Order: sequence, then C-alpha cells, then structure tokens
Amino acid sequence: MSPVRPGYVKPLDLQQGVVDLSHGGGGRAMNQLIEEVFLRALDNPLLRQGNDGAVLPLVAPPGGRLVMATDAHVVSPLFFPGGDIGCLSVHGTLNDVAVMGARPLWLAAGFILEEGFPLADLRRIAASMGKAAADAGVPIVTGDTKVVEQGKGDGVFITTTGVGVVEPGVELSGDRARPGDAIVLSGTIGDHGMAIMSKREDLNFDAPIESDTAALHTLVQAMLRADADLRVVRDPTRGGLAATLNEIARQSGVGMHLEEAAITVKPAVEAACELLGLDPLYVANEGKLVAVCGEAGLPALLEAMRAHPLGAGASRIGTVVADDNQFVQMKTRFGGRRIVEWLSGEQLPRIC
Amino acid sequence: MKYVDEFRDGEVARGLASAIAREVQPGRRYHFMEFCGGHTHAMARYGVTDLLPETVRMIHGPGCPVCVLPIGRIDLGIQLALEQKVILATYADTLRVPAGGGLSLMKAKARGGDIRMVYSSADALELARKNPGRQVVFLAIGFETTTPPTALAIKVARAEGLANFSVLCNHVLTPSAITHILESPEVRKYGTVPLDGFVGPSHVSTVIGSRPFEHFAREYRKPVVIAGFEPLDVMQAVRQLVRQVNEGRAEVENEFSRAVTRDGNRKAQALVSEVFELRRSFEWRGLGEVPYSALQIRAAFAEHDAERRYGLTYKPVPDHKACECGAILRGVKRPQDCKLFATVCTPENPMGSCMVSSEGACAAHYSYGRFRDSEAKVHLAVQTA
Repeated sequence: MSPVRPGYVKPLDLQQGVVDLSHGGGGRAMNQLIEEVFLRALDNPLLRQGNDGAVLPLVAPPGGRLVMATDAHVVSPLFFPGGDIGCLSVHGTLNDVAVMGARPLWLAAGFILEEGFPLADLRRIAASMGKAAADAGVPIVTGDTKVVEQGKGDGVFITTTGVGVVEPGVELSGDRARPGDAIVLSGTIGDHGMAIMSKREDLNFDAPIESDTAALHTLVQAMLRADADLRVVRDPTRGGLAATLNEIARQSGVGMHLEEAAITVKPAVEAACELLGLDPLYVANEGKLVAVCGEAGLPALLEAMRAHPLGAGASRIGTVVADDNQFVQMKTRFGGRRIVEWLSGEQLPRIC
Repeated sequence: MKYVDEFRDGEVARGLASAIAREVQPGRRYHFMEFCGGHTHAMARYGVTDLLPETVRMIHGPGCPVCVLPIGRIDLGIQLALEQKVILATYADTLRVPAGGGLSLMKAKARGGDIRMVYSSADALELARKNPGRQVVFLAIGFETTTPPTALAIKVARAEGLANFSVLCNHVLTPSAITHILESPEVRKYGTVPLDGFVGPSHVSTVIGSRPFEHFAREYRKPVVIAGFEPLDVMQAVRQLVRQVNEGRAEVENEFSRAVTRDGNRKAQALVSEVFELRRSFEWRGLGEVPYSALQIRAAFAEHDAERRYGLTYKPVPDHKACECGAILRGVKRPQDCKLFATVCTPENPMGSCMVSSEGACAAHYSYGRFRDSEAKVHLAVQTA
C-alpha cells in the first residue's frame, strides 16, 4: 500500500452550498463542480473523455451537410411553469438545428454562473438539461463553466451549441417561400412568453399557463418524410409569430395574407395578454413551428404534423402572395384588415 | 374570453357595417375625430376602417399622452436623472420619446441615468420606500384617467412621510384640448379640417363623466358620442354620429354606458382637486401653448413637487422641421402626408412623438394600416389612366 495518503475531497454541499469564485478558477473546486454536478446529470461517454474538446466521428452521408447553431439563454425567472432554463437551453438550440431540416447529433453547453448561486438550483437545472438531452437522444458532449462576481450576472446564463446533419436533397431556407404557397402553424401561440410573464407579474390563474418548451426535431423529421414540398420551417421564438413571418417574407421577397381566425390562442394566454396589454402574435414560443409548403403538398403535410403530438393542433393560417412591399397582412376576426408588423422595441425582455 | 370577445365579434361587426352603409346619405361626407389614441389603436388593430363606408373619414385626434408630451418636459426628466442623480420612475411608453440633444429617456438610461420602468404610481411609491437613501421622482403623464392615481400617490407619500418621493407632473386635460381644436383657425376659418363630430373618450369619461362634453355639443354644435375602446364600440359610435348628423342634432350620447355616467367618479374628482390645480398654460406637442389645459401640484403638497424641489425651469424645444406631428394631431394632415413617415421616421427610430406610442396616429398607421397607401396609389393610377 502506498504511504501517500489520497487527498480527501469533501463532497459539495448540494443542499445549502453556493457557487463561489473558485468554482470557475480552473482548480480542484472547478473540477469537483464539473464531476459532482454536471457529469452526474449529463453523463455520456463523449463528455466523460474530459478533454478540452469532444472528438466526434464524421457521420454525414455523401452529399449530406452539417448544420451548426448556437443560442444563449438568459431567461428570468430561471424556473417557470412548464420548464426551466435547463431544458429551455437544450430545446432552444435543438430546434434551431431541427428547423434547418437537420437531425441533431450533439450539443455543447457553456455556463456563466454568478457567485452565490445555490448549488441546489444548479443541480436542478443540470438535471433538467440532462433529462431534456436524453429525451431528445442528443448528448451534451462538451462544456465550459465560468463564475462571475456577485452582481455581475443573474444566477446563471447558459449558452448551447448544436451540430446536426442534413440529408441530401433536403433544402429548407427562409428565402424559399413563393406566391401561392401555404403557411402552416403547428399549434397555439404565446404559451411560453405568457408563462414567464404571468410568473413575473404574479398573475395567478386557476390553471397556470405552462411554457410550451419542447424539442421539435422529431416533428420536423416527420414533416420531411411526408414529401410535402416543404420549403421553409422556422420556430417563432422571440418576437413571436409576427417576427418569424416577417423574416420569411423579407428573405423570400414576398408578402403574406393571414387569417386571424385560423391562429389559435389558449384562453388563459389570451386573458393574460389582455391584462398586460400584449398581442399574442408578438409573444415568444419555444415548442411551435411555422412551415411554408407548396399548395399541393398541404394535405400530406397537415396529416404528418397532426399525427405527431407536437403538431396535433396544426392548421393552415394563410397564403404567400406576391408583394413588393413584403407586407404580412391579416384579415382580422373582426372582419377588417391590418398589417402584422415587426415587433418594435422590446415587448418582453429576457424571455428565453 | 368572456366580456371581451362580445365586443370584437365579427358577425355583429358585419351587421353594424351594413347598418351604417344604409344610413349614410348619398353625396354626403362625414368627418369624425376620435379624440383618444385608444380608439385610434383599436381601429387600426381590428381594421375597422375596412368596415366603414368610403364617405366616412376618421380623423385621429391628440388623445395620446405620450404624443402630446413636449420635448422640453422629457428634457426635465433627463436632467433630473443625469444631473440630480435621482431614480426617475416612468411608464414604458415615455422611454423612447425623442428628447433634446439626440437623447431619450432610454438613451439617458444607457448613459448611466437611473431610470426605471413602472406600471403604476404605486410602483413608483414602492421604489421610494425601498430606496430611502435616494430621491425618487415619478414622471407623471396622462389625461384624466391617470391623474387620480398620481394624486393618491402624493397623498400616500405625505401620510407616510416619504420625503424622498416627488412627482414631475405633466397631467393634461381633455376638454381644453378639444376646445383648442375647435377654436383652431383650420376648423373655424379656413374649413381645411371639416369636423362633424367626436367619438368621445372612454376611460377619461369614467372619471370626468359625460357632462363636460355637453358644452361642445351646445356651443360648437358638434355631436359627441362617448365610446368604449373595443372595435364594436367604435362602430356603434360612428353609427350614432351618422344619425345625429343626418338628423341635424348635436348632442352628447353615451355609448359606453357600461362604465360612464353623467357625473363620473366624484371621489376621484375630489382627490384630484385636493392635490392639483390648473396651470395657467401648458405646451402640448403639436398644439403649442394651450391655456388652462394642464394640472400642477398645489402649494400645500410642495414638498412632493419635483418642479419646486429642484427649481426646474421649462425650456421649449422645437420639433424637427419636417415633422408633421403638429398638423397630424390637429387633424390637418394624415401620417402618410408627412415626408418623414416611414422613410426616416419609424417606430424603431421615431423622429416625432406620433410615431412613439402605439396609440399615436403615425405608429398605428405604420404598424397596421400602411398597406392601404400602396393600394391607394394603384387606385389613383387606374383613375388617371
């Protein structure tokens, strides 16, 4: 037996302990935080390699391409009905990869922690990330942790990056909408934003508004398999449905005609919007998507979407039209017409 | 949603639209001013114009508190935040109003001013309670609707001995503004702004009642229909105005009877007159100096009056030369008649105040209605061809 005593490492106090500056210092404390919080929650062989980067196999089929997307998450509050910053940071990036038509393969995560942040909360967030990643079948393969002084952050900020593969022949892009195409929405709008806002504003409803945060990649893959002449897929996050449709209109150089009656909003979301003076068209979603497809492909697309739990509420909300002004117009339920403009300013800061 | 959807029902709207279409007299044109930004916004958001006959023209009035707040008053707020280092509490809408020196409250905040967004005067009071070592100034704006809460905040501050709370008062009065428009040369002499009646304010009237509008009906022979802020309210009001014009009547009618009485909220009125008194004159953006059109804090509450406490002196600042906000607020021009509209002046980068608030005539037209301008051009081209 070696006469050298192994250094004793006191386990982290995951009940009462808090993050301190040493947890980002690069020393033993940081290593311990990674071991006892992150590795435990996110464990997979690639992450366990423990190197500066993850070494990944080349997996794209001939003619296939890689997609890479990144997303920073600063949501406040960190925990909200229907989710938390952990699962949100997984879904957010997965969805950005997914709407490009890619099968997401790996994720990377960067954490900026504020000194004094409770380790119990951090463990909860890590566990939520681990579950979201495992449910989606997409491992977090590398990461980084930094700690900033108290007052220089707000608990925790998480940046995630995702990599995925697009099969040959799949071409989804915001510039492919053409006059005559159908515009499809996968479900109700405004759930995520109003879940956050009602928590912030302490609005209590009999049934709380829950965030719709979800990973959309299996839905997108099902849509691609439907062979529906799919041209554009986008997830309407910040800026809401309005921003996403305007982005597509601008990229494609087209206009749109929407039917307000076809856009569904849950009654509680509508009520909360009414109370706070917000328009659900501008409120963020984290588990919905907008698709543009050739008119002929519409029945097949709707069928495929409705067969998937995240697309059960899919419906056509409008049509792409030729318009040099690139106006997104909407026939209101009231019977008049209006533009659906870009959001100006910031309706809801720190929503994701 | 109960009690909301009923007032936005498309079926009822179509019924009202055809009723109005039947009642307008052929060859007659109708010009109605909706005084309130709330009506302007509701009409734009629901596309009410599409449901009105072409012969009914709606003129957007100056009833948008942010729009009529002159640059010089915002400058006073900026001065308090940057030079006096106070915590300046204000409603979100005011943050983006362009002020002097290329600043706005939002830009002043980025330069280190401690400017906080609040939802109510009660939030501002709470800031004062939580920051006993700092001075908190509430930049109060608005018509008669927001005045009672400000009065209450001042009374509560007095009762609690909150010596660090004061108010920069910019509260203005609806009836004076309407009088000013009716007395303006465009309406009285030149007839450039034909005005056949008013859609009267809804929330303001819950406080002041419908009685103050009887004067306009009597003295100026203009019908007034007080209406709620839902789109069906506006349409019903238009129908009633059309009837009054057709029958040669000029009366005050109350469409918003679910909330407005003839006398209004007496308790709120008493509160306001206890804390505030009339200002001799106040500058309105777009209307200029309007006599007895605003309120100031009574001397009895001087310690909570930011103007007195900091010895502030008001300096008027002219608008951008090409900005037509003034003419638009008086109903002389439409947003699309302004050279700056949608070129350099947009909601992201407002040059004039009508583009700042979503209730402003320019912002409403930009955000909801400007697709009609291209249709109008096509229409014109077809006519000339």
